[in-house]
Parts: sequence; structure tokens; C-alpha cells
Amino acid sequence: MEIVYALGIGILAASGVWLLLRPRTFQVLMGLLLLSYATNLFIFGMGRLAQHAPPILDAAVAAGGEIDPSRYADPVPQALVLTAIVIGFATTALFLVVLLALRGQTGTDHVDGREPDA
Amino acid sequence: MSALLRHLVVLPIVVPLLAGTLMFFLAESRRTARVALALASVFTQLAAGVALLYLTSDAAPYIWPEGVGVYPIGGWPAPFGIVLVVDRLAAVMVTLSGTVALAALVYSVTRWDRPGQPFHSLFQFLTMGLCGAFLTGDLFNLFVFFEVLLAASYGLMLRGGGTERVRLGLHYVAVNLTGSILFLVGVALIYGMAGTLNMADLAGRADALAPPERALFDAGAAILGVAFLIKAGSWPLNFWLPGTYSIAIAPVAAVFAMMTKVGLYAVLRLGTLMEEYETLGAALFYTGLATLATATVGMLGAKHLARLVGYSVLVSTGILFAALGLRIEALTAPVLFYLVVSALTTCMFFMLTGMTDRTRQTNPPVSPDDDAGPAPVYAAYGIKEPSVHAGDQGAGIALPAVMAFLGMAFVCCVLLVTGLPPLPGFLAKFALLATALDAVPAAETPAAVWLLCAAVLVSGVAGIIALSRVGMRLFWSVAARTTPRLRLLEAAPVAALVLLAISLTVFAEPVNRYLDSAARSLHQPDAYVRAVLSLETRRERPEAKEP
Repeated sequence: MEIVYALGIGILAASGVWLLLRPRTFQVLMGLLLLSYATNLFIFGMGRLAQHAPPILDAAVAAGGEIDPSRYADPVPQALVLTAIVIGFATTALFLVVLLALRGQTGTDHVDGREPDA
Repeated sequence: MSALLRHLVVLPIVVPLLAGTLMFFLAESRRTARVALALASVFTQLAAGVALLYLTSDAAPYIWPEGVGVYPIGGWPAPFGIVLVVDRLAAVMVTLSGTVALAALVYSVTRWDRPGQPFHSLFQFLTMGLCGAFLTGDLFNLFVFFEVLLAASYGLMLRGGGTERVRLGLHYVAVNLTGSILFLVGVALIYGMAGTLNMADLAGRADALAPPERALFDAGAAILGVAFLIKAGSWPLNFWLPGTYSIAIAPVAAVFAMMTKVGLYAVLRLGTLMEEYETLGAALFYTGLATLATATVGMLGAKHLARLVGYSVLVSTGILFAALGLRIEALTAPVLFYLVVSALTTCMFFMLTGMTDRTRQTNPPVSPDDDAGPAPVYAAYGIKEPSVHAGDQGAGIALPAVMAFLGMAFVCCVLLVTGLPPLPGFLAKFALLATALDAVPAAETPAAVWLLCAAVLVSGVAGIIALSRVGMRLFWSVAARTTPRLRLLEAAPVAALVLLAISLTVFAEPVNRYLDSAARSLHQPDAYVRAVLSLETRRERPEAKEP
């Protein structure tokens, strides 16, 4: 599972970087999106991948006194990733607005607002 | 009383948040109410900053004996809850950002805040992000406050519209979004290895890690450092900065002066808390030097005053990073003094730029594209686009005295930027160089110290040349210039900042004594760590998370 997960992050990040360096604004936007997906997965992975492990303590187990932390997933990265998704979504939406404004004002989707050889 | 005073720490964050939100509910027509609310909020921040300065100093040892105040949000103790921490450096930064914000706000009230768009709300959120970034004691919380201030700055930067502004705004947003992604990657790596995001808890954790984990932790810290350097405008990550800052409207650019300092603050804070990262110094020194060199060349090449001021921001960033990179502990206090002076100077200079730009009204506008046509949004709905220049004619005085005032203010700014006596720019650079030279015999690399001194002096000379050239064109080549109409409220903040600069020279001794104690406590992070972590004594401290 780790290999697949790591490969997924790697492919997303690599595509993201490539798109980020392209000259068209929409490509840059997609690049930023892919990069932030890769980052979100990465943050989640930093809490270690675990299957069938709840992130919160079971009340019945907690009352028993014996708690084995290895049976639980780390809840902190999940909270972090949620925050990161929300913030990333908002800022990307803002980028989209600027992108459209630039397209409307210059008539081109080049990041510099004009075609390179024009 | 002291229980109430403890809540001062959270005030600079909560007040602008409430004020900014409240403004959304005020009708567009109720401008006076909005302005009053904004002024009250910023003034509260400044007052809270000054109070924090006093409470963390040695003069008031009864609340926070060691000068470190901790405010656990929601009552959860560190390292599990998020804490706000105020120490002397944080108090200085909050006061500084309050001062800059108040000046910029008063300046903006004259006309810049008129048309559409929630200027005042965004402004409040920007100051909230600034204060939050200075006060937080948690790495992820720092990210959140960075995003708050950046999101607000995107909106403010685009204010006024025009093709050029939108084009540079796109670059600005793209660069900062990439920086935020790097920030997140760094934070995630650090959490994954150390199992905590509390800054005080992180201090000293790195040394306890096994070698393979340590390597990843170092990588995380390095990525985080790159993110901070982007925000601070360090070479080679700063090509967006002069353009963005010079195209933003004057009051916005004036507050942006504080934003590069946030990156520097973060480097300083984490670098001193995690002592092992003071070894990053060598890299910091050379990037600082490169920033200084490129910015000096940029200053000499800049044609417009606003762009020149943009490069002067980079000059100060370069000097600050290069000085920090020398790893001489005695240098930290002069670095802080220079930081304070350069933030005030930049703020003043950008506001001045906004006023002198109007002398060029008869000429083509600064960027010809600006008046290219209405923004598509307005055109689509058939609305006449509101213009920031709408209120230009009419009120205001057109006297020769106006030119004299602008000229004097310009001279003050030049003295401050280039570090000539008698203004504190000189004191700051002098203290920096004198301390650096004192440390030469003990320094690991004396050559680096000499290099820094030479670079600082050369950049000063280059600054004088560039600024006097622009100044002559602005004030002495009278043909085709109109004497600008000036409103009292626009001139007042600039005059107030000049007075503040003069009083910084007069009261340099107590100011420096305070900054000195701030620097000393920075280099002895034990008190900080103890203050933050002692809150949890009520519970048994659990072992570090076993991954």
C-alpha cells in the first residue's frame, strides 16, 4: 500500500510541477491544484498509513484503562489536511478569478498577458 | 487585574477579526461607521502592542516574570492545545505592525478606500494575519495566519484594477500559492518525524531523533526555510516583489512593508528556538548577500520611484539575512533595530510615492495600460467602473508649501533608506557595522564580516545615487508638473512617521536596551520553552508519539 501511495503522490507532484512551469494560466492553475492534492496526501501519509484503525478512542476501551496507541490512527494529520484542503480550495478559487480577469483584459491566456512573439 | 491583562495576548487577533466581519454587515453607504470601526480596531492593536511591550519588559515583572507570556487557546495546555506566545520580539513586531497599519489606514481614508470592494475588511484581516503570525506558538497555526494575511493581501493588491495590476497580481498569487505548498510539505515532514508542531516542544527534539529520521527532519526544516525565504523576498525567489509592491496602491504597499518582515521573523524565531539550525547560517549569509547585490543593481536601474522603493525593501531584506547569517549573537540586537527602522521607512516611502505620483498627472500615467478600459466584470453589468482617482480634484490645498513638504519628506526617506545621519537609519547601520567589526577577531570567517560591511556601504552609496537622480527629476525639473493637491490626512501619517523616526534617534538608548534584552532572550530559548511547556505540569507529560 505504501508503494502505491508514494507513487500516487510522486506522479501528482511531478505533473503538478510540470504544469506549473507551463506558460498558460489554466495550466498553472491545474498545476497548483495537482500540487496541492499531492501535498494533502503527503500530510495524511505523515500520520502513518493504518487500516481499520479509528482516530478516536473507544469509550469502552478507554474506561478499561489499557490503551494500546498502535491500534489507533493519528488524528492530527487528518485535522491538518482538512484545514489545508479548505484553505487551498479558497486560494485556488481566488486564483481562478484573477485568471479570468487577466483573460478578459488582455484577450490572451499567457501568464505574461501577451503572446511571447507578439 | 492581572487575570484580565493575560487576555491582552489574544486581543490583536480577535479585535480585527470581529471588526472585519462586522463591516460586512454595514451598508455600502455607511462609510463613516466603517472607517470609525477600522480606526478603533487598528488603534486597539497598537495599544495592545504597546501594553505587551511594557508587560514583557523588566519594568513589569509581576505578570510574566521571564518576559514570556503564554495564552492557551481554549485552555488546552501545550503541546496538545494551540498556544499564543508573546515574548519581547513578538511584542516589538506587534507594535510595529500596529504602527504601520495605523499610518496606512489614516492615509487610505482620504480617497483610496472609496470605490466598491470591501477595502476595510480586507485590511483588518491582513493586520489580523500579521499579528497572529507574530504571536502564535504553533507551526501549523503559523501557516493558517500566513494564509489569512496572504488571502487578504491578494484582494488588496488587486485594488484599483487595470491590466498591469491584474497581470502582476496573477504572478503574486501563483508565487505565494507555491510557497504555501512548500510550507505545508515542510510542516508535514516535521510533524511526521518529531510528532509535534508546537514550536517550544520542537526545540531540542531534532537532536533526539535517530539518523534516518533526523535527515528527513532536516529536509523538512529546509523546505520550511525556503517557504519563509519566498515570503521574505530573498534572492533568487524575489523577482515578483518590486513589480507587485510598486503597482499596488500606496496605502496597501505601505502595509506590505510589514509582510516581508513576517518571513524574516519566522526564520529568526525558529532558527533560535531550534538551535541546531543556526548552522544554516552560511547559506543564509550568501543568499542575503546575493539579495543585497541584485537589489542594489535594481535600485540603480529603476526608473520610477515606486519601483525603486520596492528594491529598497529587498536591500533591507538582504542586509538583515546576511547579518543573521554571520551567526554572531551580538548582531541580533542591531538587526532588530534595523528591522524596525526599515519597516517604518518603507511604509513612509510608499505613502510618499502615492502623493508624488500625482505631480505627474499631466503626463501619461505611470503604466499606460492602467486606463486601458473598464474591467470586464464592470463592463458586463454596464456599471461605470469606480476609479481610485475619482476624488482627486476638488478638496485639498495646492500651495508651494505642498511641494516643500513632499521634498522634505523625500529627503527624510532618502536619509533613512541610505543610512545617513541624523535619522535612525544611520544609527541602525552604524550599530550593525560596529558590532560586526567588533566581532572580527572572534569570528569564524572574518572575511565574511568584511564582505558584509563592504556590501552594506556600497549599497548605501548606490542608494544615494539612485534616489538623488529620481529626486531631482521629481522635484527640480518643474516643467509639466502640477503642484499636487494634498489632503491633511494624507500628509499627517507621513509627518507622524518622520517624527517617530526622529524620536527613535533621540530615544535610541532605551529602545536599544529593550531590543538588546529581546535579542538576549532569543538566544536563550530555555525561558520560552519552559514558559510554554510548564503549563502542562498539571498533567503527566506523555512520551513522544511513537510512530
